[in-house]
Amino acid sequence: MYGNNQILKLEKLRKVFGGVVALDDLSFEVGTETITSVIGPNGAGKTTVFNLLSGYLQPTKGAMIYKDRSLQGEKPYKIASLGIGRTFQNVQIFPDMTVLENVMVGRHLRSRTGMLFSALIPSFLRPEEKRIREDAVRCLAFVGLEHAADTPAGSLPLGNQRMLEIARAMAIEPDLLLLDEPASGLNSRETIAMGELINRIREKRVTVMLVEHDMELVMEISDRVAVMNFGRLIAEGTPREVQENQEVISAYLGE
Amino acid sequence: METGLITDLLQFLFMGIQRGAIYAMVAIGFNMIYNSTGIINFAQGEFVVLGGLMMVSLTMSLKLSLVFAFLMSVAFVTVVGILMERLTINPVRRPTVLRLIIITIAVSMLFKGSAMCFWGKGSHYMHHFTDAPPLEVMGATILPQSLWVIGILALVVIGYVMFFNWTMTGKCMRACAINRDAARLAGINDRRMVMLSFALSAAIGAVAGIIITPIIQMDYARGALLGLKGFGAAVIGGLGNSMGAVAAGLLLGIIEALSGGFISSHYMDAIALLVMLGVLFVRPGGLFGSSEEVRLKEF
Amino acid sequence: MHAKDYIGFSILIGMVLVMPHLVGNDYYVGVLVFAAFNCLACIGLCLLMGYAGQISLGHGAFIAIGAYASGLLTTKMGWSPWTAMAAGAFLAMAIAFIVGIPTLRLKGHYLAMATLGFASIVHIVAVAAVDLTGGPAGVLGIPRIGLFGFSLDSDIQYYYFAWTAVVIGLYLAFNIIDSRIGRGLRAIHGSEDAASAAGVNTSVYKIQVFALSAVYASVSGSLYAYYVNYIDPGPFDVMHSILLVTMVAVGGLRHLWGAVIGALLLSLLPEMLSFAAAPLQAIGIEYKPDYDIIVYGTILLLIMLFLPEGLFAGLAAGCKSAWNLFKKILKGRPFVRE
Repeated sequence: MYGNNQILKLEKLRKVFGGVVALDDLSFEVGTETITSVIGPNGAGKTTVFNLLSGYLQPTKGAMIYKDRSLQGEKPYKIASLGIGRTFQNVQIFPDMTVLENVMVGRHLRSRTGMLFSALIPSFLRPEEKRIREDAVRCLAFVGLEHAADTPAGSLPLGNQRMLEIARAMAIEPDLLLLDEPASGLNSRETIAMGELINRIREKRVTVMLVEHDMELVMEISDRVAVMNFGRLIAEGTPREVQENQEVISAYLGE
Repeated sequence: METGLITDLLQFLFMGIQRGAIYAMVAIGFNMIYNSTGIINFAQGEFVVLGGLMMVSLTMSLKLSLVFAFLMSVAFVTVVGILMERLTINPVRRPTVLRLIIITIAVSMLFKGSAMCFWGKGSHYMHHFTDAPPLEVMGATILPQSLWVIGILALVVIGYVMFFNWTMTGKCMRACAINRDAARLAGINDRRMVMLSFALSAAIGAVAGIIITPIIQMDYARGALLGLKGFGAAVIGGLGNSMGAVAAGLLLGIIEALSGGFISSHYMDAIALLVMLGVLFVRPGGLFGSSEEVRLKEF
Repeated sequence: MHAKDYIGFSILIGMVLVMPHLVGNDYYVGVLVFAAFNCLACIGLCLLMGYAGQISLGHGAFIAIGAYASGLLTTKMGWSPWTAMAAGAFLAMAIAFIVGIPTLRLKGHYLAMATLGFASIVHIVAVAAVDLTGGPAGVLGIPRIGLFGFSLDSDIQYYYFAWTAVVIGLYLAFNIIDSRIGRGLRAIHGSEDAASAAGVNTSVYKIQVFALSAVYASVSGSLYAYYVNYIDPGPFDVMHSILLVTMVAVGGLRHLWGAVIGALLLSLLPEMLSFAAAPLQAIGIEYKPDYDIIVYGTILLLIMLFLPEGLFAGLAAGCKSAWNLFKKILKGRPFVRE
């Protein structure tokens, strides 16, 4: 197995957008089966980290090591197949498909049927199709959306759309789940539910890495917190350590 | 024998430049609309046809003077371009690229059908601009009309550069092409810029049609192939890059003329298209751009 | 496939069985046979346009490939019509990969122009390569295809044969949509980023669907060749490719039934217009078949501007509101909002 129980290591990660340094030699590690939060003011480069990790952007320099394996140059679908799931800051669901179908897309990597076989055998006779459906229902039940299975995903309220995104990401059976501001736009009751959900995801032995602005949520559920500012890591530690860090306080209060 | 080959080469070179000038102008038209809307206007070739056929009617049937007919034809096609934008592109809310492309295809069918209604199926003859006898250069002949074609292409290019670099409107259009949201924040009316780009690209298409008609004899069905080769020039030059398009247009014309002369006149068009496909496959960013860039371009 | 689609199939099969008795004359049966060829090609094109979100302006070329493969292999090589059709389909698929792999990897609609260029090249070759294709004179004496030893000589026999092919083609297409691959494609349409985050290899599926749609077009071309027994380059020009796109877009990109409806309607349109010619003449307008292109263009433009989801979606929405109104009337309160 990969050493020291670190599922993910970022080593001197650097990303430059046409002269603007978005990430400046960022290094940190994510422990297996932990909840690690990345916080920082807007524009600190948090989402850029996620986009690099999931293959939408390529780093200018540096290394991303996931389970002793470099993620450098891999395409998003390939990264998903390695067991990294993600959600998006501005919810990305498939609005024209039903809630259940959305999650069934997440079972893509765990099914095999090719085009020819699919064409010849109608779906209700394909055993795999039945299995995909059952797995998807289970994922929906995990986030508590099974009652909405047949509604078009586009008509769900935002809170449920975020839950749906998580159900879809969980359907790929990830080892590492990247949640990009899962609580943004949610009311306080929904935020509490989201926190409970994230804890239950960890109980399923999935490592969670999240970017979040809701400090109450972050401090409550995180094992480790990494603080970024101007593309650099300014502090890293337990929620308590971070809260007491002088540099963090000044970054947030802005001297 | 030796001189024969050089004469042939020269002859094909002249023909190629003359053809290429037209492709270059069509390509500029593609780029203008592409830069302002992100779509490829499939009716671009029809602007050329309409310009040419209008000129034929005005000079041959109505016997108007050359300059006046020229201006009238360009004005007519420009109005057609503006109408196209106002009636079919502008009203579309929440446009998808696929939908806009299909709309321009529909408009091209309408233009083609209308041209057939008004001008019939035959091809139309038109007098050359000047009556001067052909020039002889080392045994190769150059039609005075070819010189007109090349000269007017040069004028169009100069006008293009001056417009986009020196006038406020041109600079606004460039700003919209680079970043439409930012341009809007700076107070530029981006929808007006879209209309303007249709007007200008229709006008350039009309000019191309007018100057080539005396040489090729225009008919209603020529739009598709002219448009396709113009697009080929735009791709080879790098989509959106008009100076690249001019160079690529001339290059494509020369390749076409040489292959027509030395390989087979039957396959001349096919070879030009193969060159376009080859560039699209191997260097989609064009010969003068980076291929990385084009992967990110929406079209 | 959902319950509604099975109802759709029943209606389609019912119509196929009834139509020849309604039109009653061989000429119109022939028109319906041609409609079947268009339907088949449009089903494939709809998979590409509606589900993979790509546009091909070169499907006429794949039809030509099927037609010429069938025509040449049967007449010059003595192959059986079925093997020749399979060979044509295979060739079309191979060419689709060659054209599709480089262009579909690019973002956006480069495929549209690449296929348009490709279609022009195929047409030029069909005209110019006289030794191979017979040039403008075409290929003569193509045999009729047979089925298990039965010949399909009469128009009505061929009509049932061609429409059976459409029903089978539609059935296969529906099954693909209702599979992990179909869901992957629909996901690309919703959000390409989210689809790839869920592990869908978007570019591979786009290419596969492009190849599949080329096979549909090629089979349609083969069936055409076996029906008319004679092919020349004429029907395979770029305009035909554009007409296929028109059919799919008018019927509705987002649904296979849209492709069927669009293909059927626009295939019958020239006949309807020729009916309209007489009354138009009476009011002093002379209508010629040449003007069809204006009518096609107008219909396409109007649909794209006012009903961008296509006729099928419009029809479905209309049926739904009619049904709701009907339910309210049954309850005796048609004007109450619920």
